[in-house]
Amino acid sequence: MDIAQRGLSELRRDLDLVKISSVELTEEFIARIHKYNKRYNCFISVRAEEARADAQKADELRAKGGELPALCGIPIAHKDLFCMRGVRTTCASRMLENYVAPYDATVVERLRARGAVVLGKTNMDEFAMGSSNENSAFGAVPNPWDAERVAGGSSGGSASALAAGFCAAATATDTGGSARQPASLCGVTALKPSYGRVSRYGMIAFASSLDHASVLTRNAEDAAWMLGAVAGHDARDSTSVDAPVDDYLSALDETPKLCLGVVDDWLDTNRAGAQAVEQALAVFERLGHTVRRVRLPRMGLGISAYYVLASAECASNLARYDGVRYGYRCENPKSVEDMIVRSRSESLGSEVQRRILIGTFVLSAGYYDAYYVRAQRLRRLICEEFKRAFEEVDILIGSTTMGTAFKLGEKTGSPVEMYREDLYTIPANLAGLPAMSVPVGASENLPLGMHLVAPYLAEATLLSLAHQFQKNSDWHTRVPVLA
Amino acid sequence: MKVDLTALDKLMRLARLSLPVSGENAGKRNKDRLVADLNEVLALIEQMNSVDTKKISPMAHPLDIVQPLRGDQDDRSIDRARFQEEAPDSREGFYLVPRVIEKDGDG
Repeated sequence: MDIAQRGLSELRRDLDLVKISSVELTEEFIARIHKYNKRYNCFISVRAEEARADAQKADELRAKGGELPALCGIPIAHKDLFCMRGVRTTCASRMLENYVAPYDATVVERLRARGAVVLGKTNMDEFAMGSSNENSAFGAVPNPWDAERVAGGSSGGSASALAAGFCAAATATDTGGSARQPASLCGVTALKPSYGRVSRYGMIAFASSLDHASVLTRNAEDAAWMLGAVAGHDARDSTSVDAPVDDYLSALDETPKLCLGVVDDWLDTNRAGAQAVEQALAVFERLGHTVRRVRLPRMGLGISAYYVLASAECASNLARYDGVRYGYRCENPKSVEDMIVRSRSESLGSEVQRRILIGTFVLSAGYYDAYYVRAQRLRRLICEEFKRAFEEVDILIGSTTMGTAFKLGEKTGSPVEMYREDLYTIPANLAGLPAMSVPVGASENLPLGMHLVAPYLAEATLLSLAHQFQKNSDWHTRVPVLA
Repeated sequence: MKVDLTALDKLMRLARLSLPVSGENAGKRNKDRLVADLNEVLALIEQMNSVDTKKISPMAHPLDIVQPLRGDQDDRSIDRARFQEEAPDSREGFYLVPRVIEKDGDG
């Protein structure tokens, strides 16, 4: 297998055994990025010189011997939503096109402290709003499996970069499915941790009660490494949970016998996906787990509650983009009002503006109770449905999405048709529960993902089940042939 | 509930947004399209009404936590000069914008 398509754990072993140096590894990825990024548009910013320097330092540290930081010399990419000091952080928006962050996000800081080499910042749907990576001010991201199709979103750049072999792992965010859905469409593994497990400090906000810092990797073992590096309390994020971090790596091979609940509501529209999941269930049964059929009829309403809550929170969070302190300011403003209105209108994309308007509507006088408060009640209903399910089963399983990657332009005509991409993934965001997407099959050479949801803070169980599945299947090892 | 052009204008004022007007008709076509899109999303949202949630208390947040407070100590984490390097226009620690308060006699 090509060195650039080996997972993080394999590369760590190669580096430790001096089969390759971090500088050689970094050069390999940089060469691939330079060769293919024009076509696949995964990166908004590439920091080749700085990555080389970081790789050099990692090699010197390794040569000294002694204990090494966990990800010493491993080249990764960050979604362009994580502030990185001295580096452009654009959120794929004209509003922040020239914004150079003056500080590091906690996720960036912690991965740097563990020795990761950062290759660059990846493309995404603008301000994390989208499910296809077609809403970027820097152009769409095609799918490496079929360049006429989407990579998914909003973390399309990270998913595509990983699948195509431009990095060993990548960070992402997941507000309604934005790490899991592109992972499913690109054939990689995604982990959205429990809400509060990973700090949101420095992670530019879309919807604060729904945003989750996430990781994209080639497999569950790699995800355990990445999660171990970034998880844990952070006093700078007031929603960060102060709970001990499990040893995800030790727990990987200690999979208990579990009762798995396959959610029929997360299967019916996707025959190929449903078939692939049923085949995975047969593997799980062979491994000694029990499988039960589960119905979660209220989950389908999650999408309605989500588009109230996420839009409301986005309208509030994006009010800061007014051209005053940072970001785009229009030319020759006639007044403060004109400056604010034109700065926002000229630089924010149409999907972002649409969601701000929906959010403004549901929060406005006369509609607040009927929409916003009602959505909050529905949120509790969905959480309770999950709680009841977890009294009967340990993990919930279904398809991550309703289908494989769709064609570029296919769903841009209808906002709601695009929103339905996240039908299965949204409830885990509403409830703040940990969830993964794991490659489970293919249909017409396009990847299919299996969705796993666990109780709050049960990432260790989730990772170990996914790891066990990946020891007994090979979908996660398949790589696309690039055009 | 449907949004019409009047409601859209009000929402745009509240959200501090406007549609670029490159000709009278272009502006109206964009507004009509936006109204149609917003109503499509509202129809999705209104599916919430299929469930009776009157007896359920609202949930703003997945965690049952209260805002934690930190000690009253100066941690020097705000570096105004460095942060203001990103400002479109600033001077002596202030962010500069077009005049807000009209001078006397400015009608």
